[in-house]
Amino acid sequence: MLRDAALVAGKDLRLEARSRVALNQVAPFALLVLMLFAFALDPDRGILARVTPGLYWVAVLFSGLLAVQRAFAVESTDGVADALRLSGLDPAGVFLGKVAAVAVQLLALEVLLGLGVVVLYGADPSSVALLVPTCLAATLGLAAAGSVYGILAAGLRVRETLLPLLLLPVLAPVLIAATSAFESALGGFPGEGWRWLGLLVVFAALYTGLGLATFGVLLEDG
Amino acid sequence: MNDGTSSPGTRVLGALTLIGMAVLLAFALVISPADETQEETVRMFYVHVPTALVAFGAFFLTVAASVGYLLRRSEGWDVMAGASAEVGAVLLAATLVSGMLWGRVTWGVYWTWDARLTLTALLFVLVLGYLAVRRLPLERERRSRLAAVVGLLLGPATVACHYATTWWRTLHQGPTITTADAKMDGTMLFTFFLGMVVFGLLYVWLLVHRFRVLWLEHRVEDLGLDEAIAERRREAVGVS
Amino acid sequence: MEPAVHLRGAVSLLGRFPALAGVDLDVATGEIVLLRGPNGAGKTTLLRCCAALLPVTSGEAMVLGHDLAGLTGPARRALRRQVGLLAHATGLYDELTVADNVAFWARAAGADRADAEAAMTRLELDGRLRDVAVGRLSAGQRRRASLAVLLARRPALWLLDEPHAGLDQAGRDLLDGLIGDGARAGAAVVLASHERDRAESIATRTVTIAGGTIVDDSVVGAAPPVATGARRAP
Repeated sequence: MLRDAALVAGKDLRLEARSRVALNQVAPFALLVLMLFAFALDPDRGILARVTPGLYWVAVLFSGLLAVQRAFAVESTDGVADALRLSGLDPAGVFLGKVAAVAVQLLALEVLLGLGVVVLYGADPSSVALLVPTCLAATLGLAAAGSVYGILAAGLRVRETLLPLLLLPVLAPVLIAATSAFESALGGFPGEGWRWLGLLVVFAALYTGLGLATFGVLLEDG
Repeated sequence: MNDGTSSPGTRVLGALTLIGMAVLLAFALVISPADETQEETVRMFYVHVPTALVAFGAFFLTVAASVGYLLRRSEGWDVMAGASAEVGAVLLAATLVSGMLWGRVTWGVYWTWDARLTLTALLFVLVLGYLAVRRLPLERERRSRLAAVVGLLLGPATVACHYATTWWRTLHQGPTITTADAKMDGTMLFTFFLGMVVFGLLYVWLLVHRFRVLWLEHRVEDLGLDEAIAERRREAVGVS
Repeated sequence: MEPAVHLRGAVSLLGRFPALAGVDLDVATGEIVLLRGPNGAGKTTLLRCCAALLPVTSGEAMVLGHDLAGLTGPARRALRRQVGLLAHATGLYDELTVADNVAFWARAAGADRADAEAAMTRLELDGRLRDVAVGRLSAGQRRRASLAVLLARRPALWLLDEPHAGLDQAGRDLLDGLIGDGARAGAAVVLASHERDRAESIATRTVTIAGGTIVDDSVVGAAPPVATGARRAP
């Protein structure tokens, strides 16, 4: 299973290295979201400082949605879906591989967005001890839930519209928890944030488990 | 074959439900007293909480039936999951509407961004997504399989929604029955349980009918399969 | 020895349409069966059923010793791993190079890099084309890349849907050689083709399908052709 996961993750990262879709399209989109929010809210530092955590995670959520859509679009074109089913790969391995590849791309995106909020919004990222694990847990949760719904929608004609409808409500707890954890970290009272980090860890574990259990059913689909 | 999806059992069930509704209205609006703090608005409680709890129960049945389908792959579980989610969605809509009205009166606003409200609204959207998956134009077996996974994934959301008030201590009032038994008047408690029973009956009644309708829809789809095969085979005549 | 494919009264539904309306067919190992018939006769559906990509709704269906009814996760995976399907779609990632594609699918099926390299050499993809993204290849070159994947996976059952389409003369000769070699190595081959002359020259048997049923099943008796490609796989 882990061998298959490594194979799939390696393939996806290689694909990104060649096509640069995440780098050339998703990352600029994420920064654009940050800039638009700043414009819309009138760049008054007072408001921006207060809403930074929420804006940051909304930007991550939307660009994560694009990353998931992209990750599963490549699996549904030109007979690849059939090839994947005929491949002999362990579905649980495929799931872990996709989650790993999406998570790596999201983490890179989060670092970029982090620089963005520091530079553009003047956020103070000194509570690294809380910020980093929050990012890791939230990313795993996003990637796991995203992969479950991503493969589910992949083979369908309505995937572009169905995926956000299914995925965004599911990811709302991640948004709430990660935002709250960031609020306490950036606001200088990290003690509060650990509870939210716990929720993120539970979410990530839950959807990783559900993904491992159901990916076979979703993949065998035809 | 009769003309509808009713049977003697469901007619009795339906009659009981309707009579129960009338009795519930009498108790909720007239017989039960006003609350000390909430005054007359407490009457909203007899609709709001039972519909919410029965809706949660409906979604748990959807989750259970989805698991049943994934394990057994039998049509009955699939139809059960769909029927229960549909009825649950209607009840949850009633919960949201009654809650907003109640909120307007007691908090002065229709909506506040409290954890429970937000999660309930999200659960409603999730259920709409589930029902959207059930309507995808796919082969039945494939659609059932996708729906079963989405149905299974309603589980965590329903649980989170149900326990939201306990987990996040928020504006929304806590589970009144378990914590404040002593505070509730006997008649009020009775009215609440009556509400539970009546909305429970309503749920079962609608569920049975929806189940039968969906089942018949599948039978209609199957109809004429032998004929279709025979017709398909006739295409072969003259080819060699 | 049990046949690679054994179908009795196999019915397969696409939605409510019975694409297969009761198919009886046996394919032994080492056989090259040509499937012919008009458009919409059920050729592609039959191939996809044999690959366990479509369910057989009723009737008997055994493929490589697996009963398709009640086939569960690990057994289904084991069966599919032994099936090579060449369809209209390439089954390749457009943005990856030929080498990356062949290596990925070969390793997924449990083969190693050496198998992938050998297959690419055999399909004459080891030169300049090796490091070109599949999306930038011509249709014929893509077909060769798909064939390289099939070869590298070393399937026991080859299911080829219009394999000659899009290939030039050299490519067709190469393909015929590969099919012959595969059959001699013990693989069962089923190919659907409209190109009667070429396909019949390599087939050991021709089966006609129409209206989702087999209407003619005759033994042609040709021996598998000898490979004409200059280079041979090791």
